[in-house]
Amino acid sequence: MAARKTTAKAKPNVSAEELLGYYKDMLLIRRFEEKAGQLYGMGLIGGFCHLYIGQEAVVVGLEAAAKPGDKRITSYRDHGHMLACGMDPKGVMAELTGREGGYSKGKGGSMHMFSKEKDFYGGHGIVAAQVPLGAGLAFSDKYKGNDNVTFIYFGDGAANQGQVYETYNMAEIWDLPAIFVIENNQYAMGTSTKRSTRSPSYWERGAAYGIEGEEVDGMDVLAVKDAGDRAVAYCRAGKGPYILEIKTYRYRGHSMSDPAKYRTRDEVQKMREERDAIEMIRQLLLTGDHATEDDLKAVDKEVKDIVNESAEFAKESPEPALEELWTDIYADEVPQETA
Amino acid sequence: MATEILMPALSPTMEEGTLAKWLVKEGDTVSSGDILAEIETDKATMEFEAVDEGTIGKILVAEGTEGVKVNSPIAVLLEEGEDASAVEDAAPAGGGGDEAKPAADEPRGKAPEKAPARVAEEEPTPKSKASPDWPEGTEMVTQTVREALRDAMSEEMRRDESVFIMGEEVAEYNGAYKITQGMLDEFGARRVIDTPITEHGFAGIGVGAAFGGLRPIVEFMTFNFAMQAIDQIINSAAKTLYMSGGQMGAPMVFRGPNGAAARVGAQHSQDYAAWYASIPGLKVVMPYSASDAKGLMKTAIRDPNPVIFLENEILYGKSFEVPKLDDFTVPFGKARIWREGSDVTIVSWGIGMTYALEAAGKLAADGIEAEVIDLRTLRPCDYETVLASVMKTNRCVLVEEGFPVASFSDHMASTIMQRAFDYLDAPVVTCTGKDVPMPYAANLEKLALVTTDEVVEAVRSVTYK
Repeated sequence: MAARKTTAKAKPNVSAEELLGYYKDMLLIRRFEEKAGQLYGMGLIGGFCHLYIGQEAVVVGLEAAAKPGDKRITSYRDHGHMLACGMDPKGVMAELTGREGGYSKGKGGSMHMFSKEKDFYGGHGIVAAQVPLGAGLAFSDKYKGNDNVTFIYFGDGAANQGQVYETYNMAEIWDLPAIFVIENNQYAMGTSTKRSTRSPSYWERGAAYGIEGEEVDGMDVLAVKDAGDRAVAYCRAGKGPYILEIKTYRYRGHSMSDPAKYRTRDEVQKMREERDAIEMIRQLLLTGDHATEDDLKAVDKEVKDIVNESAEFAKESPEPALEELWTDIYADEVPQETA
Repeated sequence: MATEILMPALSPTMEEGTLAKWLVKEGDTVSSGDILAEIETDKATMEFEAVDEGTIGKILVAEGTEGVKVNSPIAVLLEEGEDASAVEDAAPAGGGGDEAKPAADEPRGKAPEKAPARVAEEEPTPKSKASPDWPEGTEMVTQTVREALRDAMSEEMRRDESVFIMGEEVAEYNGAYKITQGMLDEFGARRVIDTPITEHGFAGIGVGAAFGGLRPIVEFMTFNFAMQAIDQIINSAAKTLYMSGGQMGAPMVFRGPNGAAARVGAQHSQDYAAWYASIPGLKVVMPYSASDAKGLMKTAIRDPNPVIFLENEILYGKSFEVPKLDDFTVPFGKARIWREGSDVTIVSWGIGMTYALEAAGKLAADGIEAEVIDLRTLRPCDYETVLASVMKTNRCVLVEEGFPVASFSDHMASTIMQRAFDYLDAPVVTCTGKDVPMPYAANLEKLALVTTDEVVEAVRSVTYK
């Protein structure tokens, strides 16, 4: 088995309705993240907060290729993944503000959120730790004998960690239904990919382990969906893991406190103006007569309302009860006293 | 309605900053993402972007102003159709906007003065929890610790299809220390899985499989190698239940030999009990006898939490009596009293028990009666049985092979001091391994470990005999 590079030309056959859906899903992530940035600025969100603005097409395209039962796991830049898999924006925003109504009752925060109901397994703060964890989820499905797949998201920074390659090796020898999604946004915090590796691409590293893979344009949601369909079909057929290196771009800093001096304002502006994933779909909808300006305005309004509602909820939800300090340390019992 | 643009917090610790430069002027139209200003924090100069679209109606804080408080209004943004007169309606500079109030009035994470009490209150008079592990008259068989561990795992794998074991050489080689002997033959390659030598990776895969609903047993050839995997054990396995608000955790067992074997040098001879015992979310088991190895392993596999099961290579071949029962388990958090006595309490666990029991035998010959307690599990820990005994004997010696600094013995000594101070007639003494990397030379290795004579000495020093 050898890796290959497939640059998809054929676009998936998607309906106008689906296109509009992608537009709405991507816009929701962007507006949600802008609001999160605002709440951070107001001191309502604390600590680290990593925004997903610019990368929306990655998760929306791949979620379009998933079916119920499929699992997903990612890093600390996780808000987009949660919204894309259908988690409630209110619960996500309230976790960001550390409130009782958050997905983790306020005990996890931006980087550590989960939803068993939506098969979202975090939200992990240690760079690349989610990669073997995701392979373990894929292992559990294979062990049970179903045809679910697991989407394992990680960045170009994580892609240099040793545990990624330990996992590639085991995923291939055990034929795990794992889709390794490298979200290559070109910067690991402040270090560009050019400065952190001499290898030309990340997906090609899979070849050393016999894993199939391809590079995908991550600013084109249709190309992502198309590649996602191929990866999912491959994994569901029991052929083992698959690597998608998705070329994307984050418009904001690594976290809220990153002044982003490692790249020029022109570089960011150029991506925003020429390659923006949301704008691309917007133009596709308008030029293809799939939607009118008014239709899109209505979607914008709907999204804005959802985001505002989530922010209101996140401000009004109370802080967790003090007793929560001592709960959820051990399953099925109260914690053992220690002294 | 005109909205105020507030001075943003741009780092986890920022309270005020300098408005270094405006990149827009009054009357400019801005849209989401446009850079409005440059703001200097204590760490860096940051660009501040617009979130909403509109027209800059008024700039409230001039560039170059230092010490601008987070959340104070710095400009007013007008919506489509509004003119500058709307600015008058906006709150005056210096007063926080409505939205800012919750954050400004309530300091982040306003800490209560005192953490609430734990659910389980401390018993004023600790009562020993120790009780027999099997009914009197039960038929006993003689087994090695090795055989007991294998039987426990095999019994649980027969009982529960979701239990599987993975690790280096566990399947075709039948176990580097033969703990999994015969298990591949019985359960097949789907459930007894050889891994490549990649502790970090397969520990993570094990944790992920537990998130996915399975009950993994992850064998480390020795716990020395688990240091490669300790991030997955602590950050992923131990903390996820808490971080997910109780939604998901890792019901699994990490097991393997721990501590010094014989003549294998510094990198293969470390006791990690204190490391793991300090982590909330983990359970830590360290059996001495074969019956405990069996009964505690079965409990560990059934426990819905991540369990660190610390075995010992020297003990693997040691034989003990094991009850012949269909389903024999030993609960966590219950110490075992191996020997009753009234002069001193000797507390140990795991291989430390060999020194404790040998010392107690020697002391008895000299008329000193030691009560010997085996903790068996460090987390949860049976403090009550230890405290009840110390309140009776008024003296305590702790025995372990681990390093002396920040040891579990230190933790227990501190607990005794806090909860039974008035009962002590002598300082609590700890007998541990020496504060040195394990030497290879046979004579130095002996010196580096705790010895029975040191335990005897310690008891004499606290009993003044």
